[in-house]
Amino acid sequence: MRTATVFVLLTILLVAMAAIASGIGPYHISLPTVLDAILQRPFGDGSSPVDTVLFNIRFPRVAAAGFVGAALAAAGAAYQSLFRNPLVSPDILGVSTGAGLGAVLGILLGLPVMAIQVFGFIGGLVTVMVVATLARALRGGGDVLVLVLAGIVVGALAGAAISLVKVLADPYNQLPAITFWLLGSLAGIKASDIAATAPLVALGLAPLLLLRWRIGVLSLGDDEARALGVNVSALRIVVIAAATLVTASAVAISGVIGWVGLMVPHMARMLVGPRFDRLLPAAILLGASFMIGVDTLARSAARIEIPLGVLTAVIGGPVFVWLLARRRRELLP
Amino acid sequence: MGLGLALLTVPAIARTVTDSAGRQVEVPDKISRVFAAGPPASTLLYVLAPQDMVGWVRAPRDTEKPFLLPATRELPELGRLTGRGDTLNLERLVAEKPDLIVDFGSINDTYRSLADRVQTQAGIPYLLIDGRFSNTAAALRLLADVLGVKERGETLARATEEIFGQVDRVLAQVPADKRPRVYLARGPEGLETGSRGSINTEIIERVGAINVVEGLRAKGGITPVSPEQLIAWAPDTLITLDRGFRRSVAQKAEWQPVPAVAAGRVFLAPGLPYGFIDAPPSVNRLIGLTWLLHTLYPDKAPGDLREQVRTFYHVFYQVDLTDSDLTRLLDNSGG
Repeated sequence: MRTATVFVLLTILLVAMAAIASGIGPYHISLPTVLDAILQRPFGDGSSPVDTVLFNIRFPRVAAAGFVGAALAAAGAAYQSLFRNPLVSPDILGVSTGAGLGAVLGILLGLPVMAIQVFGFIGGLVTVMVVATLARALRGGGDVLVLVLAGIVVGALAGAAISLVKVLADPYNQLPAITFWLLGSLAGIKASDIAATAPLVALGLAPLLLLRWRIGVLSLGDDEARALGVNVSALRIVVIAAATLVTASAVAISGVIGWVGLMVPHMARMLVGPRFDRLLPAAILLGASFMIGVDTLARSAARIEIPLGVLTAVIGGPVFVWLLARRRRELLP
Repeated sequence: MGLGLALLTVPAIARTVTDSAGRQVEVPDKISRVFAAGPPASTLLYVLAPQDMVGWVRAPRDTEKPFLLPATRELPELGRLTGRGDTLNLERLVAEKPDLIVDFGSINDTYRSLADRVQTQAGIPYLLIDGRFSNTAAALRLLADVLGVKERGETLARATEEIFGQVDRVLAQVPADKRPRVYLARGPEGLETGSRGSINTEIIERVGAINVVEGLRAKGGITPVSPEQLIAWAPDTLITLDRGFRRSVAQKAEWQPVPAVAAGRVFLAPGLPYGFIDAPPSVNRLIGLTWLLHTLYPDKAPGDLREQVRTFYHVFYQVDLTDSDLTRLLDNSGG
């Protein structure tokens, strides 16, 4: 299949997923009513239950799922190309764990919900800065392996700190909030959350998209990339910063959601091949569709909300094994 | 057309209530459907107005059902609101069409902002009520007033004040050096507990006993302790919530040096339908106070415990316990 056709199909898939998700939910609203509510929106005062559910609850949630999926998949694709390792996910430098630590601290301190999100965002960024500083101090600033090892160490420390916060938390109010936050959910999303997050995600995605040719060259190896005139260390810093920014922004509103950043780039690679300039947009489109689908399942499949992290693991694990079994060679970038 | 429909669905706003967080909440004049955001609120709502409940945070288990009103036993499990990552879906909440959401517990900025968010997003008034034990009577009066069941609220608040008063009268006769030194043994191994001032154990201090666990943490929840530390604290009384622990503690070697175990002073707190000590920390702890009074000061506590439990269940839970229900509830053997 030609790449252009694939992109058209992926775009159609995303639009279709968003439309289907908008019509599905525990509060039953028929499709004509959905369309009617959208058309009536500029004229009504938006206070009927249908308007409340659609505009205050469901649409923000579908949009947030799309942003989070796109962000995590893009970060995963970028990290995988950068580290030339297909088993790398957006969490490799401890972003998610650090964001989780920031957020649970916010919950422990009893801060407003918005501040908890800001804490999560800052926690993710600070963790990666600590990792980068540590790697540099170990004289391995340019060495990918030292960077990844530093990420593992700092991530584990942040994980231990999260456990400590859980022990300190009030078991009736804070502990459930912390537990569910760490499992990921979009249950409380408001339109204002998206307004705050979308610019940050866009800010992080822009350099990745603009530099996608050079990032692709990076996967050939440092010497080859240098020979082709790419400033390897500068580019690496830009990619890490951009991927960290989008991951931290996503995690700040959704909680910790694993697997998406690992699995979706592999699915995209099966469709468009390993070239990063094609892989990145494909991963963004596919990640958004995937997350919208998973979140629709999370809010509709059972009477209670299913945590997103649980669903992505249940879906992600088997799919990833299947991908590995089918296309072992082509998975490698 | 859209405008006309919207006007029809706007509830009649009748008055403004100030909740425990100082928020001004507009509530409809007539309230008949209420959602409780967490287990403590669920219990508070149940004792005041079970007919107004739209569902449970967690559906009652089969063992708990005989201790609850028949009409509430099969209400659906809806999940809870906890901030980011609720198990309750907001769409489902809107679909249940509650007139009011109520939460009962700690008041801080997280819960304040959560209440504001849900209120604007779902368009349902959201009331926060201070859940401190000492505030129980005031909480009953506040919610009863909002729900239009003032009389029932007054009955329960008076009963609450009577229980607190009874505790104080008994304590006045027990000198400080005669108060028991209590350890609350939680978890299957009995090695989890709450420090002085924690929400899980505040009832121990309220009943005049000394919580041996000190200096761990002033506020907050459960903390693990080592058997060695426990032997050093030397409590003369153990209270446990775990049947298995109550059954096995006499055989556990590391527990033998603890004075309470040597003296056979290990008590299993009842928990049907709600815990006597906490779980959840709500109005259910009132009967826990009475039970502790009889357990810790058997010579001083007035009246017959079985009859007092029967009366409490009749007044608060509106169920009449049979003799076998009572025996099952108060069974302390762990068997």
